Amino acid sequence: MSQPKPTLATTFCGIPCLNPFWLASAPPTNCGEQIMRAFDAGWGGAVWKTIGEPITNVSSRYSSIDWEGRRMMGFNNIELISDRPIEVNLQEMAEVKRRYPQHVVIASLMVESKRDVWHDIVQRAEDAGADGLELNFGCPHGMSERGMGSAVGQVPEYCQQITGWVKEKARTPVIVKLTPNISDIRMPARAAKRGGADALSAINTINSITSIDLDTLQPNPNVDGKSSHGGYCGPAVKPIALNLVHEVLSDPQAALPVSGIGGIANWKDAAEFILLGCGTVQVCTAAMHYGYRIVEDMQDGLLAWMADKGFATLDDFRGRSLPTVTHWNQLNLNYQIVARIHEDLCIGCQLCYTACWDGAHQCIHLDRTSPAPDITRTPAMVEAEAARRISTTPIPKLDSTGLGRTNAVTPLERIPRVDEHHCVGCNLCSLVCPVEGCITMERVENGLPPQTWAERTTQLCPP
Amino acid sequence: MSGQTSFVQQAPVHPETSARFADLHPPFDRQAAIPEANRCLYCFDAPCTTACPTHIDVPRFIKKIASGNLAGSARTILDANILGASCARACPVEVLCEGACVLHRYNKQPIQIARLQRFAMDSLHASGAPLPFTPAADTGLSVALVGAGPASLACAAELRRRGLRATIYDAHALPGGLNTYGVAEYKLPLVESLREIEMLSQLGVEFHFDTLVDARQLAELEHDHDAIFLGIGLGAAHQLGIPGEELPGVTNALDLIAGYKSGECTHVPPRVVVIGAGNTAIDAAIAAVRLGASDVHIIYRRGPEQMSAFSFEYEHARLEGVKFLWNTQLTRIFGGEAVQGVELTGPTTLPVDLLVLAIGQAAQTGVCDKVQREHGRIVIDRATGQTSNPKYFSGGDCTNGGREVVDAVADGKRAGIGIAAWLEAARVPA
Repeated sequence: MSQPKPTLATTFCGIPCLNPFWLASAPPTNCGEQIMRAFDAGWGGAVWKTIGEPITNVSSRYSSIDWEGRRMMGFNNIELISDRPIEVNLQEMAEVKRRYPQHVVIASLMVESKRDVWHDIVQRAEDAGADGLELNFGCPHGMSERGMGSAVGQVPEYCQQITGWVKEKARTPVIVKLTPNISDIRMPARAAKRGGADALSAINTINSITSIDLDTLQPNPNVDGKSSHGGYCGPAVKPIALNLVHEVLSDPQAALPVSGIGGIANWKDAAEFILLGCGTVQVCTAAMHYGYRIVEDMQDGLLAWMADKGFATLDDFRGRSLPTVTHWNQLNLNYQIVARIHEDLCIGCQLCYTACWDGAHQCIHLDRTSPAPDITRTPAMVEAEAARRISTTPIPKLDSTGLGRTNAVTPLERIPRVDEHHCVGCNLCSLVCPVEGCITMERVENGLPPQTWAERTTQLCPP
Repeated sequence: MSGQTSFVQQAPVHPETSARFADLHPPFDRQAAIPEANRCLYCFDAPCTTACPTHIDVPRFIKKIASGNLAGSARTILDANILGASCARACPVEVLCEGACVLHRYNKQPIQIARLQRFAMDSLHASGAPLPFTPAADTGLSVALVGAGPASLACAAELRRRGLRATIYDAHALPGGLNTYGVAEYKLPLVESLREIEMLSQLGVEFHFDTLVDARQLAELEHDHDAIFLGIGLGAAHQLGIPGEELPGVTNALDLIAGYKSGECTHVPPRVVVIGAGNTAIDAAIAAVRLGASDVHIIYRRGPEQMSAFSFEYEHARLEGVKFLWNTQLTRIFGGEAVQGVELTGPTTLPVDLLVLAIGQAAQTGVCDKVQREHGRIVIDRATGQTSNPKYFSGGDCTNGGREVVDAVADGKRAGIGIAAWLEAARVPA
């Protein structure tokens, strides 16, 4: 019997959404023409590039971190909010909503910290047809010096007060965007909740200096020889974003519907944010890198995964993984795994060997061709033996075996062996192994009942 | 180089030959080199390094390309192999470093080590920087090296880096031996061989060219120097021993290759037959195609299974249009004033304008009666290059019967280290 076809349609703090994929408030949502093209490509919603009194930008504005040949693993910007007049943005917003009534348009707002100014902008955005409002309390550069952006987000009292002002006026849901540039993100999140916010979005960009040019000795992005700290985003920040989303959603005083942001580039990233409880996800860097078209596989891939897992709706798995992230003292100390190297898959790179010796616990050895297991042979000894070997170019007629002629099968001497007795189950070897499935971490039954640190310390020190 | 003319400036320049023998493997540019360098897994005790006769630390030089430390990359290569630029082009890497790459068992395409190595070496040459090594303080010890091929050059470099004097004698006008005169031009241009040797000579190696060392002179060298290195290569090309071999239009592969590389031969007649199926035969046959021949055959007395050429060389020859006649022997060469054709087992005849013998070389005779030989090859201790006569060391083709440039470099390097160690040990008062 076939499962019903899964759907990506969802509702986020009362706003019906065609799918959970929104473009974050950023250059890809700068104007109505862009947003309409994005909707045509398949995006379910867009958070308009933050609207406020027009600013003046610098050039250049962006810089990035490349990693081993891949571009833009991390991305940084010192661009400010919209440089377009408020009325132009709002006219275009009305036009977009008229043409795309089913798509979600959220107005991202940032104005002076005055009650009447906030009341005015809320009124105008909603009059333009915004489905919801996102309060930009996160922008880490340029605006914060003017008492806006993260200058608000970093002070829970301001956060609560301005959210309250907005809620006095707003008829649509109010989403507060959180800055990660704070020691405990739960504090502004709780403040937003106290202020009456309907939802949160997290995270905004992380304060960063991306690089110093080693020729000019000047920082990037370079503005006439100088730079400023910018906002970091892109694939590199995803783990940080997941953690902060988890912190907010696992705190009952802070938890609200969350639109997840931070390094989301594909359906897998999106699924992870939803598994930690997010209702929608927002994307910027990946769209800036490859264009709006990336949303096609975000939909396609997520639907395929849902069908495979038997999930009909996003609600079927939303937050499913949230309770599995817990405090360290709740982890089972008696759970034991060891590394197993699958010889048939091993290509003989020996990265696990060097990683275990230098970076872990010296329990992977190169002794398969030794008469007996030998845990005393060090990496230096292995290298010294190799240096002493005399190799010659194998000539077809003269040499039946040359080192370069037997590349189909990994020589036994190059396949490392795990000393399971000493293996601590840290995962490092399986993480460095380039071959999928070659090193697996497998459970060892030790007969011990589960016991957490909390349990152990309670037993040792009865109250 | 003081007192010596630049080798590179003495290289013959023949634009037409250069055009006909353009790079078989074009160089990487930076944009191609860095992603390829990043693809390297950085194996521990890397099989590519072990497979390299000179044990170049391949992952190390590749990661230095990835990090942008090109000078360090070239230094890593040269530290293990003073002819690293030549080897990057001349090595049959399919059966050496690239053949040993673990990626054959991963996503199947090995790292293009040779092209990366060339990229690092070309960058060094383009920078105009000197060789990144200096000679050690003079020990007063001196070594004479007979032959200026890769083995002697590598040996001399090791000696100079240890403060021993190195004086090289060679019968030719330019250094490098087969590295200069014997490698197909589309792999290693003659001028590139000379460029590398010129850098090496910055270590203070002394050269004597146009000097054929005979028994009398060897005795003098033995008297004047603390040790002798024999890097004399192989001797005369084998002959078939059949009638007609002395006709004009009959030559051997090494002469043909040296001829076009030195610019003495710029074209060949239409119908060329090459006898033999080793790597040199392939080089000669392809050279004939590039030099204008329209009909090139390789004739081999046995089948493709017994061919001593690498399979990739065989494929290359086929791509160039060379035709192979297997299990065929030459019975007679006929002609009048010059060769006109050959008679083959079959029986059949083939018209020929140029007949090229590529059936190997005999061992050198003459100068090596001072050392023990086996099947004509000088017997050495593989780890030190020392011969049966302790003052004599040797390496390269005269000891291994004829292998690759990189094998000769490895032999010479071990011998250089071996000579220095032996002489140092002898100095220690008993």
